[in-house]
Parts: sequence; C-alpha cells; structure tokens
Amino acid sequence: MSAMPDIPRTSFHLEEEPHPPEGGSTMLGFWVYLMSDCLIFAILFATYGVLGGNYAAGPAPSDLFELELVAINTTFLLVSSITFGFAMLSMMQDRLRSTLIWLAVTGAFGIGFLGIELYEFLHLIHIGAGPQRSGFLSAFFLLVGTHGLHVFFGVIWLVTLMVQVTQRGLIGANRRRLMCLSMFWHFLDVIWIGVFTFVYLLGMLQ
Amino acid sequence: MTSAHNDKHDHATTAHEGEGDHDGAAHGSLRGYLTGFVLAAILTAVPFWLVMERPLDSAQATAFIVVGFAAVQILVHMIFFLHMDPRSEGGWTFMALIFTVIVLVIAVSGTLWVMYHMNTNMMPVHEMDGS
Repeated sequence: MSAMPDIPRTSFHLEEEPHPPEGGSTMLGFWVYLMSDCLIFAILFATYGVLGGNYAAGPAPSDLFELELVAINTTFLLVSSITFGFAMLSMMQDRLRSTLIWLAVTGAFGIGFLGIELYEFLHLIHIGAGPQRSGFLSAFFLLVGTHGLHVFFGVIWLVTLMVQVTQRGLIGANRRRLMCLSMFWHFLDVIWIGVFTFVYLLGMLQ
Repeated sequence: MTSAHNDKHDHATTAHEGEGDHDGAAHGSLRGYLTGFVLAAILTAVPFWLVMERPLDSAQATAFIVVGFAAVQILVHMIFFLHMDPRSEGGWTFMALIFTVIVLVIAVSGTLWVMYHMNTNMMPVHEMDGS
C-alpha cells in the first residue's frame, strides 16, 4: 500500500460550506417560482387557445362577456399594482404607518377585483353558462379561475404580512417577504394582461 | 428628495446586515412607478377603446393592434414594476426569464399547431353520416 501523495484537502473541496447571508438567495428563488407559475399559466392559455372555439352550440364570448366589468376589474388590478409600489417605496423609507396604509389600499383593490370576478362567475353559472356547458367555458373558468385563486391567496398573504409588520415592524425578514409579495402581485397583473387581451378583448372580436 | 431617500435606504441596508439588497433585485423609484403606471394605463385604455367602440372596421387589424399593445404592456410591467434588468442577481433572473419565455413559446405554439392540425385532420362526423 503506497502512501497517497500529500495533497492538501482544500484543493479538492472547500473546508466549510459557504454561508451566504440569510435570505440572500430568496429573491432569486422566488423569481424561479414565479417563472414556473408562469409556465402553468402558459399551459392554461394554450388549453384555452385550443378549446376556446368549442362552444358546443352554446354561448360564445360575445354573448357572455361584459367589457365594462372587465375594464373595471383591469383598473382595480392596475391601480393595486401601483399602490403596492407605493407601499414598497414607504418600506424603503422606513415609514411603517404609510407602508401599512398602502398595503391596506392594495388589499382593498384586490378584494374588489375578486368580488367582481366572483359576481361574473356566479352570473355566468346562473344563466347556464357554467364550466360544464362547453369546452370554451371549461377552459375559461379554468384559466380565469386559476388567476383569481392566485389573487385570493395573494390577499391572504398580504393580510398575513400586515399582521406581521404590525407586530414586528419592518425588520429584514419582513422586508424580504414584502418584496416577494410585491413580485407576486406585479406578476399576477402581468398574467391579467394576457387574460383580458386574449380571453376578453379577442373573444369579443370573434 | 431622491438622494435623501437613497441615503436612508443605504443606511437601512447596512443596519440590516447582509440583506444582499445592493447587488440583488433592483428597487423602483417613485418616478419609475408613476411612469410605469401612466404607460400601463394608456396601453390598457387604448385596446379596450378599440374593442368597445370599434373605430376600425377590420376585426383582424383590431386584434393585431390589441395583441401588440398587450406585448408592449407586458414589457412595461416587467421593467417598471418587476424591475427586470439583465444585471440584477448577477443576471440569473434574466436567464430564468429567457428560459421561461423559450419554454412558453414552444409549449403554446406547439400546442396550438398540433391541436389545430389534429382538428382539421379528424374525420368530421357529418361527412361520415353522408357516406
């Protein structure tokens, strides 16, 4: 048994695991999550693209959609995007109260959005245009419903963070969480651009 | 006002040690958010107006313009609200975005292409009845 040549261990591997600062990779990790979520929506959009024309002798988009409602909803989501931006700016200036106020305004717009969407869904189901009516409506409820579900969970997350910020203040961990939620919220607004363009506006043109 | 705000932010970052904010994701400024909001509002209002009032007779032309506005609006949101830039997080967020866009384009265009041809190549029911 000949002795191994004496090579210092460190030339093969690190003595110690690297210790990145806590939360240093959170934003990148959350971005990767958002991108995978984006792929979910891509598949739902593709599904809608395939099934969107299958009315099964039922109602077509132009029979069902009310663009006025969609315009109000779009405004709500767009305004909530900028109010969240104001919350982030307040956070960066260490202004606790105004951060909380802007978060509350954002949440209110989010709830308004959900209320209108829920009203639209219930109205459609009420007039017999529920998800089981045709392939078009199945895909519609799946795509728009998934987006609505994301907004719903976003609102829950927002309320949770408001409680945490109230209790602990704008500590590092809470700042990180707010930044993640802000990305999530803006991301949902980007998805909504696709929804109102491809589902509602193009649907009305058919 | 902006420089004061930056100073304060620097201070906050050093106070919360190692947040990695500086070379990490970029933050917006008030002007950035307002610019983004105004652009987004215009880019939303015009397509809705085009479809609700139908100033153009051709549905196809309207559709093209509407989709074009959506593409620009997505870019506006990416830049002004999500603060995308090729350098944040050492370029990794941008890489992830490019990868996602490629997969997205393949998945969506592939699905539509394949399913469209499946649809046209299927034997229609009424023709079977006729023979």
